[in-house]
Amino acid sequence: MVALLSTDALWQVLEGVPDPEIPAVSVVDLGIVRAVRPDRVTITPTYTGCPATQVIERDIRAALDAAGFRGVAIETVLAPPWTTDWISEGGKAKLHAYGIAPPSGAATATCPQCGSTDTEELSRFGSTPCKAQWRCRACLEPFDRFKCH
Amino acid sequence: MAEDPILFETLLRLGDDSLILGQRLGEWCGHAPSVEVDLSLANMGLDLIGQATHFLNAAGAAEGKGRDGDALAFHRDVLDFRNCWLVEQPNGDFAQTMARQFLFSTWQKMVFEHLLASRDETIAAVAAKAVKEVAYHAELAAEWVIRLGDGTEESRRRMEAGLDWNWRFVPELFEMDETATEAAARGIGADVARFRADYDARIAAVLAEATLEAPRDQRPILGGRRGHHGEHLGHILAVMQFLPRTYPDATW
Repeated sequence: MVALLSTDALWQVLEGVPDPEIPAVSVVDLGIVRAVRPDRVTITPTYTGCPATQVIERDIRAALDAAGFRGVAIETVLAPPWTTDWISEGGKAKLHAYGIAPPSGAATATCPQCGSTDTEELSRFGSTPCKAQWRCRACLEPFDRFKCH
Repeated sequence: MAEDPILFETLLRLGDDSLILGQRLGEWCGHAPSVEVDLSLANMGLDLIGQATHFLNAAGAAEGKGRDGDALAFHRDVLDFRNCWLVEQPNGDFAQTMARQFLFSTWQKMVFEHLLASRDETIAAVAAKAVKEVAYHAELAAEWVIRLGDGTEESRRRMEAGLDWNWRFVPELFEMDETATEAAARGIGADVARFRADYDARIAAVLAEATLEAPRDQRPILGGRRGHHGEHLGHILAVMQFLPRTYPDATW
C-alpha cells in the first residue's frame, strides 16, 4: 500500500512536467514515461535527433527533487522504441487545442484552426524534428502536424 | 584491443557515417535556397547526429575503455574514423548535396531495415526508430533528384554533375570485408551485399523518373572502413573538434 501511494505521488509530479518544446503536453501525455516504481522512473527518448531529450531528463530530475523524491533514480531505455501510438488520447486532444495536428494514420491532417480536412503538406520537415509543415486550403492558415512515427 | 572488437567496429562504422554526414549537413544551416529546405537539411542533420550519439555511446561500451560517444567523436584522429567516403564528400552546390543524400539515404534505409533483426539490442532499437526518419531523408532526396533532373537545363546540368561526383563512392557501401562478414555471421551487422540488386533497382527507378542516365562507372574508391580517407575528412574534423580539444572540459 505504501508503494502504491508513492508511485501515485510520482505520477502526479511527472504529469506536471511539460515537454520543453510543446509545453501544452506533459511528459506523461507524450508517453515518454514508460514505467514508475517507488525507487525508479523509466523514460524513453522520442525522436532520435530530438535535442529536447536531455532537457526532459533534467526537468524530470528537477521536478522530482523539488517534490522531495531525491532518492528516485531516472533510467533511460531505448527498447521497445517509442512511437506516436504512445501519446495518450488526452495528449492528442491537448495538441489539437494548442494548434498542432496530432499524429494520425489519415492521409490528410485536420486543421487545428477551422477543423477542415482540406489540407496539404508543405514540407516534411517543420519547426522541430517531430513536426511537418502543413497548410489548410479552407482557412489558408499554416500549421504544424505531429509526424506519425 | 576492445572487449568485443567486431561489435566495436560495427558500431563505429554506423556511428561515424551518421556523425560525419550530420556534420556536413550542418554546414548548410542558414545557407539553403529556401527556409523550408534549410529546415529540412538541419533536421536531417539532427536525426543523423542523434543516431551517431546512440551508436557511438554503445561503441564506447563495447570497447570497454571508458570512452563515451563524445570522446569518440571529438578525440579521435582521421585514421581512426570508420565512415565511408561518400559521407565526407563536400556539399558542393545544392544538387551535389542532394545527389549524395539520395545515394546514401537509400542505402542507409536498407541497412536499418536489415538491422531491425540485429541480435544486438541497441543496434536493433536504434534502427527501429531511425528507419522511419531515414525513410523521410531518402524520399526527400529522391524528390529533389527528380525535380532537378527533370527541371531546367541548368538544374539538370547540376544534378548530373552532382551524381557524377558521388558515383565512385557507391561500391564501398557494399563492400563486405572480414569485419562486416563476421558481424553479419554473428547476426549483429547487416549483410549489405545481399541488397545490392534492390539498391541498384531503386536508384535506376528514380533516375528514370528524373529523365537522367546513370553516370559512367568509374574506378571505385575504397578504404574508409579501414581508416583511409580523403583530404576532406580532416577539414571536417578540424572544425568539429576544435572547441572540445582546445577546451577539453568545457560545458554549456
